[in-house]
Amino acid sequence: MQKIYPDAASALEGLLFDGMHICAGGFGLCGIPERLIDAIRDAGTKDLTIASNNAGIDGEGLGKLLRTRQVKKMISSYVGENKEFERQYLAGELEVEFCPQGTLAERCRAGGAGIPGFYTKTGVGTQVAEGKEHKDFDGQTYILERGIYADLCIIKGWKADKSGNLIFRKTARNFNQPMATAGKICIAEVEEIVETGSLDPDCIHLPGIYVKRLICGAPYDKKIEFKTVREKVAA
Amino acid sequence: MPWTRDDMAARAAKELKDGYYVNLGIGIPTLVANHVPEGIEVTLQSENGMLGIGPFPMDGDEDADLINAGKQTISELASSSYFSSSDSFAMIRGGHIDLTVLGAMEIAENGDIANWMIPGKMIKGMGGAMDLVAGVKKIIVVMEHTSKNGDPKFIPECTLPLTGKNVVDMIITDMCVFQRPDHDSPFKLIELAPGVTAEDVAAKTTAHYIA
Repeated sequence: MQKIYPDAASALEGLLFDGMHICAGGFGLCGIPERLIDAIRDAGTKDLTIASNNAGIDGEGLGKLLRTRQVKKMISSYVGENKEFERQYLAGELEVEFCPQGTLAERCRAGGAGIPGFYTKTGVGTQVAEGKEHKDFDGQTYILERGIYADLCIIKGWKADKSGNLIFRKTARNFNQPMATAGKICIAEVEEIVETGSLDPDCIHLPGIYVKRLICGAPYDKKIEFKTVREKVAA
Repeated sequence: MPWTRDDMAARAAKELKDGYYVNLGIGIPTLVANHVPEGIEVTLQSENGMLGIGPFPMDGDEDADLINAGKQTISELASSSYFSSSDSFAMIRGGHIDLTVLGAMEIAENGDIANWMIPGKMIKGMGGAMDLVAGVKKIIVVMEHTSKNGDPKFIPECTLPLTGKNVVDMIITDMCVFQRPDHDSPFKLIELAPGVTAEDVAAKTTAHYIA
């Protein structure tokens, strides 16, 4: 089974349609599947519902799909630092479902694990709980949250072998791991594809079963949102 | 003299205990890391998937793959570990984090907190705040005692959309500290900043508390 595709556009072939649901990994601009986002922009697929913790920033990440008006609805926990998002949202052009970050991660994990819903304390007594089933367990109130299962999952990894076994790097793992599981098909873009057998099987973060299509997106020019450093202290 | 941002962070740091796993919010709470008392070892959690947050990197050592929940570049420690967002919030929701320090726009006398949304104005989202207040064992809020307009922020009932209901354990402001032993008890004024009197606090607080 050949999983490797030459580029993002060919990896997406046959999978895109207007009105589809997509799970997109990444936290801020860290670990975002930027080659696949670019290819979806170029394909012009419209009315997308995208579950992603953030919506990129102006002109970066999912911000690119907002600029081209390809997004109908975002399911996100935090969308600051994005003027175009704010403009479209306030103008009523963009639908947003605010979802607490941990609930979003668990909705994807659950959806990918065949669990259609779960109870959580997060959001009880807030707007998030409105219209949701409440249930008490051991004297505490919980709300029912639904699993997410998308038409397509797009993620970014560090290295993968040719069988699709994949590892992430540092905090770029974030939502990529649960989101890889939360849909009908997952495409991963990585910085390097290595021979099968060269990654330690005990150290695989995402087993190849989840990675149906794979591209090498290198070279990457990874963006930093807030560069913060400390001064070197003179000896 | 009311407390400065650093004084407030230092006061919050006094609540740290050896071996604690701690999540610090953005803003003043982040400064708590600079005031960890000597002889006490705490591990900082970042909700984007890291335990053991190190200091900001040296200029030139920053790594786009290594950021905190505020999207700032950070460094790793020998004790650090990385994990997914779902594992990170399993840790938080599952009650494994001992303490979180958060900012707030409003706190109600019953321990409700509002810190994520101003209808019609701020539409950034709650991030991980709702998960933290629902799951972490102890919730400390660090905030200015009044808003920029001078309005009290510790009030009878929140007017803004809630982040969590009856969840706050301790409030540290630039004027004083309020604490309560459990979620059925009212808050009690337990400490005053130098030069601040109980009457000063009462004049700028509309919430009911034990003086």
